[in-house]
Amino acid sequence: MRDWSRDGTARDERVAAGRVLARGKAVHRDDAAKLLEALLKPGDRVCLEGDNQKQADLLAEALTRVDPAVVHDLHMVQSGVVLPEHLDVFESGIAKRLDYSYSGPQAARVARMLFGGKIELGAVHTYLELFARYFIDLTPHVALIAAVSADRDGNLYTGPNTEDTPTVVEATTFKNGVVVAQVNEIVDRVPRVDIPGDRVHFVVEAGRPFYVEPLFTRDPGAVTETQILTAMLAIKGIYAPYAVKRLNHGIGFNTAAIELLLPTYADRLGLKGEICTHWALNPHPTLIPAIESGWVEQIHSFGSEVGMDDYIRARPDVYFTGADGSLRSNRAFCQTAGLYACDMFIGSTLQIDLAGHSSTVTTSRVAGFGGAPNMGSDPRGRRHPSAPWLKAGREADPDAPAPLRRGRKLVVQIGETFGDGNVPLFVEKLDALNLAEKLDLELAPVMVYADDTTHIVTEEGVANLLLCRSPAEREQAIRGVAGYTEIGRGRDRAMVERLRARKVIQRPEDLGVDPLDADRSLLAARSVKDLVHWSGGLYAPPAKFRNW
Amino acid sequence: MENLTYRHKAKTRAPGDKPLALVGVVASGNLEVLVERVLPDTDCEVAIATTAKGFGDVWAAVVSDFVERRSPGGLRLSINDGGARPDTVALRLSQAVRSLEEGR
Repeated sequence: MRDWSRDGTARDERVAAGRVLARGKAVHRDDAAKLLEALLKPGDRVCLEGDNQKQADLLAEALTRVDPAVVHDLHMVQSGVVLPEHLDVFESGIAKRLDYSYSGPQAARVARMLFGGKIELGAVHTYLELFARYFIDLTPHVALIAAVSADRDGNLYTGPNTEDTPTVVEATTFKNGVVVAQVNEIVDRVPRVDIPGDRVHFVVEAGRPFYVEPLFTRDPGAVTETQILTAMLAIKGIYAPYAVKRLNHGIGFNTAAIELLLPTYADRLGLKGEICTHWALNPHPTLIPAIESGWVEQIHSFGSEVGMDDYIRARPDVYFTGADGSLRSNRAFCQTAGLYACDMFIGSTLQIDLAGHSSTVTTSRVAGFGGAPNMGSDPRGRRHPSAPWLKAGREADPDAPAPLRRGRKLVVQIGETFGDGNVPLFVEKLDALNLAEKLDLELAPVMVYADDTTHIVTEEGVANLLLCRSPAEREQAIRGVAGYTEIGRGRDRAMVERLRARKVIQRPEDLGVDPLDADRSLLAARSVKDLVHWSGGLYAPPAKFRNW
Repeated sequence: MENLTYRHKAKTRAPGDKPLALVGVVASGNLEVLVERVLPDTDCEVAIATTAKGFGDVWAAVVSDFVERRSPGGLRLSINDGGARPDTVALRLSQAVRSLEEGR
């Protein structure tokens, strides 16, 4: 007779081993490492909640202190590799294999450890892809998560940074896994229930706030005139003609500049109400002036942003908030929203090749992807029409019968032709390919594939790849906006002029963008302090952005 | 310090009536452009004093594109460069020409 509940029995045994250290569900923080030793078995799949922002830092530190003779060869399945501890466990042999999405701050060390053979890499995923695999073949045995507070029953309040937690808990708990939550404090009654207590097995009171990575704050004081010019080109060359209302922005300075030009330049163009009304977006401080000027209908967020909590609380018509008044974010839902319900993704990148593939991986930094690949891809499962989507589809395939023609998501890569340290944005061969060769990977970590990229915007102009009819045209359209990089100077001038005549390439003068407008006085806010003023004092920027 | 001078023929006279303008500032990564309407209507001269040596071919490309796209006939442009990137140079050159038009 087959036993159909072996997983449940194993879960009950793990929980029983942990209960020895607990009073109810509560385990003292000094016993956190002992708890993990009691719960974990060699080879377990473990999600150590490292999100884009929120970090289960106490549990991460505890995991580095377990005895590698007892707990070893763990398979870590987490979206963010952000804290040093996330990699320390690989140095000591506690963990062996890694499947992840994003590793911004640890990108250089991830690269070193991959080359040194310290990490066995599964894959670098897009967020939705990793979340999907939680339910198919990467289901965690144990999830170590973070929340703001818990009650005695284990009901959790995640606060504004809910992020990945509901997805991680759903996959773990309902497939006989064990969930351990670190919370800032244990309270009698949580402000709202983000995670029901019967999905949580153990709670560790940290006695301090979990670490949050401020990722989305861009100081308007650092926006350059070239970025302002590029932003004007994007607004006049893409936002206006496609009438893009539903969109996602990346986190770079180029899109921050666009946000700061909405109440000024875009207003002057009469675009208020015509563009940028509905967003899948983290609470970017640089969007405050546009919100305050009445541009924005609503915003759903992947996570929160440090310093934005009081502002969000005071603008519940714009943001998604709970009965307690604070933001409710959700990375899986917002990624889905960005994929299916937005007509445009626009973001920066580090390298673009001659076909239009784009990557943020270099041979010394394996940064992963963030939200770009899901937002910046054309969803083949989309069926609802919208004006920008239909227009883009028409441009790509003008001869197809309209009722059978797929629309196209606008996927825009924006940047200056030379990036930080005068490194060219355009390359013959992506570093991602060199990395794949060196590590013997079957697939190069490409952030946005060429066949998803529809437009490239630089200070030199807008290239509309939807209008290209051959790989040669596509290459020249890219070279045509690559400025004075090697790639740009290698352009076929005659062909670029022909593409310009067909509006495949549009220069500032073609779009009627005045170079004299490329001035910092055009920014709705010119400093972080200006953003605080726009918010009526509700935005409380982190210390490193307070320079007054 | 390196000094470079480029002379081009322009298709048309630069628009506007102002005799001269100054845009930008001399700073690291930035540049100052003095533009003067002192040459015959078909001529254009760009004289560069730069702190960054060895970028003559990039300057030649930027100046050549500038003349083709903005047709700055009759202008002499004198540049004090603090090692600006090509995109900043191109922006300042086009701003200089626009500054000579009336009403700005």
